[in-house]
Amino acid sequence: MENLESLLKQGLNAVEASTDLKQLEQVRVDYLGKKGHLTALLKTLGQLSAEERPAAGQRINQAKEQVQNAIAEKKERLEAEAMEARLASESIDVTLPGRGRDAGGLHPVTRTLRRIEAIFGGAGYEVAEGPEIEDDHHNFEALNIPEHHPARAMHDTFYFNPGTVLRTHTSPVQIRTMENGEPPFRMICPGRVYRCDSDLTHTPMFHQVEGLLVDRHASFADLKSTIEAFLRAFFEEDLAVRFRPSYFPFTEPSAEVDIEWGREADGSTKWLEVMGCGVVHPRVFENCGVDPEQWSGFAFGLGVERLAMLRYGVTDLRQFFENDLRFLRQFR
Amino acid sequence: MKFSEQWLREWVNPRMSSNELVEAITMAGLEVDEVEPVAGAFEGVVVGEVTAVESHPEADKLSLCRVWDGRETLDVVCGAPNVRVGLRAPLARPGASLPGGMEIRRTEVRGQTSNGMLCAESELALSEASEGLMELPSEAEPGADLRQWLQLDDQSLDVDLTPNRSDCLSIRGVARDLGALTEEPFEDLVPDPVPATHSEIPSIRVDAAAACPRYVGRIIRNVNVAVETPVWMKERLRRSGIRSIDPVVDVTNYVMLELGQPMHAFDRAHVQGGIVVRMASEGEKLTLLDGQELTLGTDNLVIADHSRPVALAGIMGGEGSGVSEHTRDIVLESAFFDPVRLAGKARAHGLHTDSSHRFERGVDWRLQRAATERATALLLSIVGGEPGEVIEVVSEQHLPAKQTVHLREERVNAVLGMTIDRTTAEEILARLGLRVVHLYRDGWEVEVPSFRFDIALEVDLIEEIGRIYGYNRMPVTEPEGRLRLRAEPESRRPLDRVRDHLVALGYQEAITYSFISPERQKQVTPNAEGIELANPISADMAVMRSSLWPGLLETLAYNQKRQQHRVRLFETGLRFERQAQAIEQEGMLSALLSGPVASENWVNGNREVDFYDAKGDLESLGAMLGQSFRFARERHPALHPGQSARVYSEGQPVGWIGTLHPGIQKSLDLNGNVCLYELSLEAVLNGHVPHFKAFSKFPEVRRDLAMLVDEETEWADVENVAREAAGELLTGLRVFDVYQGEHVKEGCRSLALSLFWQHPERTLGDAEVQELLDGVTNALSTRLGAQLRS
Repeated sequence: MENLESLLKQGLNAVEASTDLKQLEQVRVDYLGKKGHLTALLKTLGQLSAEERPAAGQRINQAKEQVQNAIAEKKERLEAEAMEARLASESIDVTLPGRGRDAGGLHPVTRTLRRIEAIFGGAGYEVAEGPEIEDDHHNFEALNIPEHHPARAMHDTFYFNPGTVLRTHTSPVQIRTMENGEPPFRMICPGRVYRCDSDLTHTPMFHQVEGLLVDRHASFADLKSTIEAFLRAFFEEDLAVRFRPSYFPFTEPSAEVDIEWGREADGSTKWLEVMGCGVVHPRVFENCGVDPEQWSGFAFGLGVERLAMLRYGVTDLRQFFENDLRFLRQFR
Repeated sequence: MKFSEQWLREWVNPRMSSNELVEAITMAGLEVDEVEPVAGAFEGVVVGEVTAVESHPEADKLSLCRVWDGRETLDVVCGAPNVRVGLRAPLARPGASLPGGMEIRRTEVRGQTSNGMLCAESELALSEASEGLMELPSEAEPGADLRQWLQLDDQSLDVDLTPNRSDCLSIRGVARDLGALTEEPFEDLVPDPVPATHSEIPSIRVDAAAACPRYVGRIIRNVNVAVETPVWMKERLRRSGIRSIDPVVDVTNYVMLELGQPMHAFDRAHVQGGIVVRMASEGEKLTLLDGQELTLGTDNLVIADHSRPVALAGIMGGEGSGVSEHTRDIVLESAFFDPVRLAGKARAHGLHTDSSHRFERGVDWRLQRAATERATALLLSIVGGEPGEVIEVVSEQHLPAKQTVHLREERVNAVLGMTIDRTTAEEILARLGLRVVHLYRDGWEVEVPSFRFDIALEVDLIEEIGRIYGYNRMPVTEPEGRLRLRAEPESRRPLDRVRDHLVALGYQEAITYSFISPERQKQVTPNAEGIELANPISADMAVMRSSLWPGLLETLAYNQKRQQHRVRLFETGLRFERQAQAIEQEGMLSALLSGPVASENWVNGNREVDFYDAKGDLESLGAMLGQSFRFARERHPALHPGQSARVYSEGQPVGWIGTLHPGIQKSLDLNGNVCLYELSLEAVLNGHVPHFKAFSKFPEVRRDLAMLVDEETEWADVENVAREAAGELLTGLRVFDVYQGEHVKEGCRSLALSLFWQHPERTLGDAEVQELLDGVTNALSTRLGAQLRS
């Protein structure tokens, strides 16, 4: 028993001296295992007298416990160190770019169309589409633009033969919808339209959204609120809107819509024309089998590229169709 | 319609600034397109009279002039060819400033003193180009300030009229509208009849009364066409964008601008026999004033004499019958031609004139006699002469019918969405010259004046009331509607989901033109019957696309030229094709991949895209939509014959996928691999509603198999045979390795596949799985000659 103290000291030193879990385990086996030094000491208890035995046993057990605790403590420390070391070794340069794929993007026209559809969709306007090669009836006649009407000259129409044209607006879709359905109607018609015109500010193809509301008491005053609310929602700005009398064969009264857009050099309000609108002409209703005494409605039409240009600061219309990736990527 | 503000203000002069006036006109629906000063900014320019001219001793082309400016005589060096003694011309004295900021100083020109400068019109920005000095008439008093003398503090307004407002193609019409708008009195001009001083009358026969319901003519004898048109008239014409020709033509143009009646003057000596208004005979020839020879058809209305056409009615006069320097007697023409019968006729001959513009839109059909009187009075004051009787040939039945419109107060309020009181409505109508001929309990009966061709319906009057009342004064109310729920078919996929998926896969959306070059079309889809535009904007935009690929390929070429090499594009839109007699317009989704798989990076290799990348994207799209596409080896003229497949959905062909044909690639000068696919949108968007099926709780077992097959054997065949042999419990089948090369027999390739089985009610035993696997192995070997790889 005289060597218990030194054995304990040795054991604790060995624990302390262990540098990894393997060594520590060896220390445990050496001192606390079946054939360990302290375990062996317990076996010598038999040589002691019955009086001495309990006290000696307690001392040995205390020593074992001390070593055990030291091992547990050391183990925890070594494990923490090992984790530390592993983590340190696994450290990477998080600033290097990831492996992801490049994201694509929508065309600004699509982006703008979605916005317009969302704004009108919220008020129950449904989206309708139609053919781009149209017949004369739907593109002109039904819209109160008879042959030789001077308004036809305003349209610069592409045609295939005298009765077949590339639609010059998306209004024919409204005609088709009215011909095939029953009022009331609340719809917008987005799509490509074509005019035989190409210069700095015109492309032979562009996009339009035409809208139509037909109900029992739709009026010019209703039209005004709809247009104003739309433009303010689209530009997210409380901008001034004005209505200028104009002429479209399919609406009456008709108006061009201007929005406030900065200031002129002389300080006055600068107005920009952004869309056209009006109360549906009774002849258009008659052409579609809708009774103009029972129903009234309003219609509007806007150029999508024009709105996109104003919204996103694009200055050259033609860029929309050049599809330069350096242009397209800016509208993500 | 371009005119001078001063002239307009002579008719109606509201108390408002020029800017306010422009704004008011625009807000009445007569959009002012452009406002420009009638002269440049200059100061200190006076009327000068040339009193002596000598040639410059040092320079052939220069003259030394003595110019009287009302106070003193100045020495001025001048290079203009028309300088001569007695000429009155603008004189910029030392201290004057000219447009563009040029300051006039006393100067030396090749050793000779010049105390100022005699000016041409262009130097005062009165015209864009001019030859020689501006010649002022003799009544111009030397020393008078030119700005004041010509009243140059004025501007030209160019109004872009909508086609319905033919009544505003005159000062009178614009003034009437402005008066109505500003509540300023508008006094109409009613020309006094000019009594005849002799009894000669023109012989007029109208054979085409429907096209020409009214023809007014008058002979004026002994006119002096050598006189100059007065400056005030020339200036008004100039400010309206019309060039002065001779005094007679100037007067007819002036009356057209003032009242809206296009007129023509014939040289009586060149009208053989008399005037006949008739339809042309087929193939008849007419040479116009501008020298152009037309071949006419029976739908062309002409003014003829007894031997030949002398004018294309309402469009342009003929050569040789108009007024010339030798003219003594003239025949004035003032007619009403039916707008419908004249519509499109000028354009059919490539013509567009001030006259045709007005007649096509409608000229006041009661105006002809008044316009003749007005022109006569002006002519007599300028070229003198002796007027004869006015002859009027009229066919009442062919004139527009006198029309009245019933206007209901309740409709006014319903359409405009507000209450306009009766008095306001009546005042607006009156100011526009719309006479109320009857009052009803519910509204009015309104007579349509002869100058309005745009009023036939009640709503036409409602618009007028709204327009003059002011759109921006009207209230704003929110529309009311029914809250109807709409159908929402679940099996129909929104196109936006497809777009978003492709965007997530790295594609950039493009929008290309729907018309392309016929050559490109032929190259990509040689078998499609293209639809050609009759009037394309250019040769490379002449045929409607029968595929979206050409647009994407051109876009790729465009971007490669701009150092963009990794390109993923997609587009949705219609393709057009003639099918039998019908035109088919089909929505398509089209995509293109080119360049490296990923942008250059530090992790992955930079492999070029190939067929399987394109196919992977397409399969990913199909998986997202719940569609499984089948791919069959078929050839497409635009694709590499060994790397192209037709895409099937539910047994129907819905599109194509492949690598671009190297021939097309070369002709477009494209770099790197280019892969394409195109699908019918209908096939993509039409899906189904999911239906849940219970799945097994028991474990799935996997067995792998490596088979050696002939290299000609396609995976699809292997898959089909394996699936069939694997039985109903098969839950999955994958190929995880394809190998050809070392350790594999020449002409063969090795396919490694994994099979998954699962029983719905129990765990599968090893023995039965082995049996299933053996079944697959045997089927592959007996049906495809495949060998199990050891």
